[in-house]
Amino acid sequence: MTASVAVRRSLMRRVLRTPLGAISAAYLATLILVAITAPVLAPYPPSATDLSNVLAPPSAEHLLGGDSAGRDILSRLVYATSTSLLGALIAVVVAAAIGITAGLVAGYRGGWFDASSNWMASTILSLPAIVILLAARSVIGPSIWWIMAIFGVILSASYYRIVYGAVRHVRQELYIDAARVAGLSDLRIVGRHVLTAVRAPVILLTTGLFAVAIAIQASLDFLGVGDPSLPTWGGMLAEGFYNLSRTPWLMVWPSLAIALTCIALSLFGTALRDVLERSSEGAGKRPVRWSPPTPRPDATIRDGRIHDDPLLEIEGLSVAYRGDTAWATVVDDVSIAVARGEVHALIGESGSGKTQTAWSVLGLLPPGGMCVAGAIRFDGLDLLRLSARELEKLRGHRIGYVPQEPMSNLDPSYTIGQQLVKPLRITLGLSRREAKLRALALLARVDIADPERTFAAYPHQISGGMAQRVLIAGAIATEPDLIIADEPTTALDVTVQAEILQLLRDLQRESGMSILIVTHNFGVVADLADRVSVMRSGSIVESGSVADVFADPRHDYTRGLLDALLDGAPARGALQA
Amino acid sequence: MLTFILRRLAAGVLTVLTISVLGFFLLYLGARDTARRIVGDTAAPEIVARKQQELGLDRPIVVQFFDWAGSALRGDLGRSWFSGQPVTEALASRLPVTLSLTIGAILLTAVVGTVLGVLAATRRGWVDSSVQVGSFVGAAIPGFLVALVLVLVFAIGLQWVPATGYIRFTTSITGWLSTIILPIIALSIGAIASIAQQVRGSMLDALRLDYVRTLRARGIPNRRLIYDHVLRNSAGPALSVLGIQFIVMFGGAVVVEQVFSLPGLGQTAVSATIQGDIPLVMGLIVVTALIVLLINLAVDLIQGWLNPKVRLS
Repeated sequence: MTASVAVRRSLMRRVLRTPLGAISAAYLATLILVAITAPVLAPYPPSATDLSNVLAPPSAEHLLGGDSAGRDILSRLVYATSTSLLGALIAVVVAAAIGITAGLVAGYRGGWFDASSNWMASTILSLPAIVILLAARSVIGPSIWWIMAIFGVILSASYYRIVYGAVRHVRQELYIDAARVAGLSDLRIVGRHVLTAVRAPVILLTTGLFAVAIAIQASLDFLGVGDPSLPTWGGMLAEGFYNLSRTPWLMVWPSLAIALTCIALSLFGTALRDVLERSSEGAGKRPVRWSPPTPRPDATIRDGRIHDDPLLEIEGLSVAYRGDTAWATVVDDVSIAVARGEVHALIGESGSGKTQTAWSVLGLLPPGGMCVAGAIRFDGLDLLRLSARELEKLRGHRIGYVPQEPMSNLDPSYTIGQQLVKPLRITLGLSRREAKLRALALLARVDIADPERTFAAYPHQISGGMAQRVLIAGAIATEPDLIIADEPTTALDVTVQAEILQLLRDLQRESGMSILIVTHNFGVVADLADRVSVMRSGSIVESGSVADVFADPRHDYTRGLLDALLDGAPARGALQA
Repeated sequence: MLTFILRRLAAGVLTVLTISVLGFFLLYLGARDTARRIVGDTAAPEIVARKQQELGLDRPIVVQFFDWAGSALRGDLGRSWFSGQPVTEALASRLPVTLSLTIGAILLTAVVGTVLGVLAATRRGWVDSSVQVGSFVGAAIPGFLVALVLVLVFAIGLQWVPATGYIRFTTSITGWLSTIILPIIALSIGAIASIAQQVRGSMLDALRLDYVRTLRARGIPNRRLIYDHVLRNSAGPALSVLGIQFIVMFGGAVVVEQVFSLPGLGQTAVSATIQGDIPLVMGLIVVTALIVLLINLAVDLIQGWLNPKVRLS
C-alpha cells in the first residue's frame, strides 16, 4: 500500500510539471479553496436581499452587482461553488463506490452476479441520463443532493465497465494463478494486482465524470428543477438568461465558472493521460540528424557487380525511424542488384530488415520510416527522387507486390473481383468489361478452379491459399517487370506453400519478369532463386549465386541458416553466430 | 443476417420492458400524496379520497401496473393527472419538434464530424492540431452553454434569426429553418467533437492496415484509397459512436428546447417533472426507450449491411 501511495505522489508531481497540468490544477485548487472557505470569503450571506441592489450594476459594496432579488452576485457565486463541487463530489463518490465494488466482484467472482450486473449496466446506459434524473426528480422533489446521488448510480455503470474489464483481463494473466499458488488470499490478490491495473483508467474516468456531473447539475438547475433556495451556477445562469434584455452581464460569471471548470477538468485529465502514456516526455525536442551506425559488419560479396544493366539496383540503402530523441536504424548500407529475368532472394531472420528493404523499393515504409541514405534505381529511374505521383504510376504497373499474410491483405469490405478490377482500371485504363475479363483470366491463370465464383466472393469466404493466389494474380495483373514478394508462403500450410512456389516459378518463366523474394527459409531460396543476399541486423553479410553460397557459405550466420534447413527446423528465431 | 437482427430486436424489447417495469414501480411507489397535491392543501379529506379513487391509486400497485401495462400495449399510456389530456396525445403533438431537432443535429454531426475527422487524419499538421483543439473544447463545454452563447450572438446580438419560438416545417420551410438552425448547432457541437475524434482515430488505424499498403502497391491513388477503403472501413466504429451520440442528443434536447423555447418533448418533461405528473413522466420514459430501441436497431442494421461477414451469414 505504501508503494502505491508513493507511485500516486510521483504521478501527481509529474502531472504538475506539465504546463497544462499545472494551470488546470492551480485553477481547480483555487476552486476547492473558494468552496471550503465560502462562509468566510463571501461578503454577504447568499440569500440576503437588498432592495437597492436589484439588478444593480457592479459597485463598491457589491463588486459584481445584484440579481433580480437584490442579492449580492459575488457572494452567490462563491456559495454556488461549494454547491456545485459538493454535488459533483456526491455523484462521483457514489458512482465510484458502487461501480468499482460491483466491477471487482463481478469480474472476480463471475456467475450470476456478473451476468446481472452487466445487464444492469447496459440498461442504465441505454437511456439518456437527464431523462432518468427528471423522472427521479418528479418523485423525490427538488433535492439537488438526492438527484446527484442518483446521478452517481447512473455514472457507476462507467466505473463498472472499466473495472470489470480490467479484472477480467488481469484474471486471465498467469500471475494471478501464480499468486494463488503462492498462498495469497483472494483479497490480497485483488488489492495487489487488480487495483494497480485499474488505477490509471479510474483516475482518468474520475476527472471526466466530475466534469459531466458539474455540467448535468448546472443543466438541471438551469431548467429550474433543482432546489431554488440554494445558490447554484445553473440557477444563476437561468436568472441571468431570463433577465437577459435588462442585465446581460448576469450570465457572464456563472457561464465562465461552468465553462472554465469543465475545461480545467478536461485539461487536467489530458495532462494526466499524457503522463501515464509518457507521451509528453521529450516531446518537442527535434531529433538530431541521422548518422550511420558504427562499426559496420564485414560482408562477403561475391561477383558484386556482375550485372551490366540490372533492373533493380539498391545501393548503400539505409532505412531509419525517427524516435523522440534518436533515430532507430533498421536497414544500413544495403546493396542489392537484381538482373532482368533473375530471381533474387533476400534471406534473414525476423527483424533483420529484409521486409523494410522491400517496402523501401515500393516507397511504402510505415509512418515515421525514411530512406536516410543510398539510392534505389529501377530501370534507370532513381525511385527515391521520384515524386509521389510518379511513384504511384510505377507501383502496380511496372512493380508488383505479393504480401506475406494473405488474409489481412485483402479489404474485407469488397469482393475479390472489385479488388482486382479497380487497379486494372486505374493503372491500365481498361473499361469495366475488359477489366473483368482480364481479372477472370488472371484468376484462372493462378489455378483457381472456379474463377467466376471467387470473383464474386468476399475475402472471408475463401481460404488462405486461395487468397494468396488472388494476391499473386493482383501482382501480375499488369505484367510488371519486377515482383516484390514478401515471404509469400510463410503464412500458408506446407502443401500449399509448395504449390504457391511452383506457381511463382511458372509465372516467372512464362513472362521473364524479375522477382525479389524476401524469405527466412533457405528451402524457398533453393527452390526458386538464382542469387541470394543474406541479411542480418539490417546489413547484408553475404551475397552471391545460390550455387556458390550453398556450396561454400563464408559467414557463420549463413552457415547457421543452412544448418537449420538441413535439420528441417524452421529458422525463425535468433541464431547464435 | 435475419437471426442477427432478431436477436438484437429481442434484446432491445427486453430492455424496454425492464425500463417500463422498473420505472413504473419506482415512480408509483415513490409518488406520495398525489391526490392531495392535485386537489390542493385546503381540500377536505373526502375530496382527496374521491380523487384517489378516481385516479385508481387506492388499488394495490401490482393491479395498477397490469392495468397500465395492458393499456400501454394497446397504445394507451393513460391520462395526465393534472390536465386530464391523454398522454399519447400530449406526446404526439410534441414529438415532431424534438425529432426534427435531433435528426437535424445528427445529420449535421455526421457530415461535419466526418469531414473534420478525414481532414485531420489525412492532412495532419496544422489542420490536425486545429481539429484536435477544437474538438477538445467542443467536448469540454456543456451543450447548453453553447446554446446560450448562440442565442446571445446570433439571435440577440446580430438578430439573424428569432431567439425563441418554433415555426412548423409544414408552415414555412425557411421559417422552420430559422427557428431550428441554432438549436441544431447547439446540440451538435459536442457530438461533432466526438465523431471527428473517432473518425480521425480509426482512419489513422486503418491507414496502417496491411491491405491498405497492398492496395497502394497496386497503384491505387491516395485519394481513392482514402475514400473507398480507409473511410469505408472506419465507418463501423464511427457509426457506433454516432448511435450513442443520437441517444445523448435526446437528453441534450431537453435543455436546448428550454433555451430556445421550442415546444418539444423536453418542455413537457420539465413541466411534468416539476408538477410530479407521473403518468406523463412514465409516458416520456416509454417513448424515449422506444426511440433508443429504434436507433440501436438502425445502427445494427447499417453495421450488418456494412460488414459482408454479417450481411451474408
